[in-house]
Amino acid sequence: MEIAPRFRPGDLVRVDDRMALGHCRTPWYLRGKTGVIASVHGAFHDPEKLAYHKPGLPRQVLYKVRFRQSDLWAGYAGSPRDQLEADIYEHWLIRADGEARSDSHAAA
Amino acid sequence: MPPHDDHDHDHDHDHAHGDGQPHRHPPQRDHDADPASPYEVLERAIRELLIEKGVLTADEISAQVDLMDSRTPALGAKVVARAWVDPAYKTRLLENTRAALAELGIDIGTLADFRTVENTPDVHNVVVCTLCSCYPKLLLGIPPAWYKSLAYRSRVVVDPRGVLKEFGLVLPADTEVRVHDSTADLRYLVLPRRPDGTDGWSEEQLAEIVTRDCMIGTAVPEVHRTRPAAA
Repeated sequence: MEIAPRFRPGDLVRVDDRMALGHCRTPWYLRGKTGVIASVHGAFHDPEKLAYHKPGLPRQVLYKVRFRQSDLWAGYAGSPRDQLEADIYEHWLIRADGEARSDSHAAA
Repeated sequence: MPPHDDHDHDHDHDHAHGDGQPHRHPPQRDHDADPASPYEVLERAIRELLIEKGVLTADEISAQVDLMDSRTPALGAKVVARAWVDPAYKTRLLENTRAALAELGIDIGTLADFRTVENTPDVHNVVVCTLCSCYPKLLLGIPPAWYKSLAYRSRVVVDPRGVLKEFGLVLPADTEVRVHDSTADLRYLVLPRRPDGTDGWSEEQLAEIVTRDCMIGTAVPEVHRTRPAAA
């Protein structure tokens, strides 16, 4: 069964800033940060369940999310054009339409 | 001490040393460092259990080790060179890396999918796995030790230009540096730019200047720097 992705390329999303018990693939430095969906990779078995010998269901849609480096690090030294991309599962992403594309901690 | 107990035995004693008879040591230890680390002990225990319970055989483990040993950056270099000389192949590689690798007889298995990211005059790509050590092993072989180091993994995301400079790569300020953190089910291959001064080169010549680091993104191909020949 094909899983319909909630987000499309170009959508603004914020990575949920939450704790996870055990294995997960969402790096700490991206939690709470806002980026844009660069592409939809498709549905994959959930590594947070696979890690504990579960079947990894339901599958999670995986996205390539693109962040501005200047949004991730205070005082980023490189070019303002520099970007970082990471693969993030849908259950870690929150729609962020209408939010400024910036560090949500700084904005709060 | 048993007569042939001259090394760390972790397998059945159904072979003999020093008598010229063939014997096998699946899987060999990498080095003689003792004592074994807790992770080595854990790995050994799990490996032996898997063999004892018939989930895997020692031969299957050896075959997998051989498979990994057969994968080297030369394989990736061949792919890059093909993409440089054949624009249609490059398009297919960028669109469906798995299928394009299969065209060249390269099977990347089913554990992870691959993506190719292309360097252009405007964008330079560099790959890291901040969580652990994800790497396109079935294309490039075993990653270099630095790729797995905490220093590389933590610093290249915060200060990619600084880290690249330490590798000897200084990028123009107006080039976008794009770091790929391979956090999940995808492995990334950087398709470097073909350098000037390589007009008329054969595919084999081109492949020689595609080093491992060029395909991670910590270097770019240079006309006078060739990949060391495989051992």
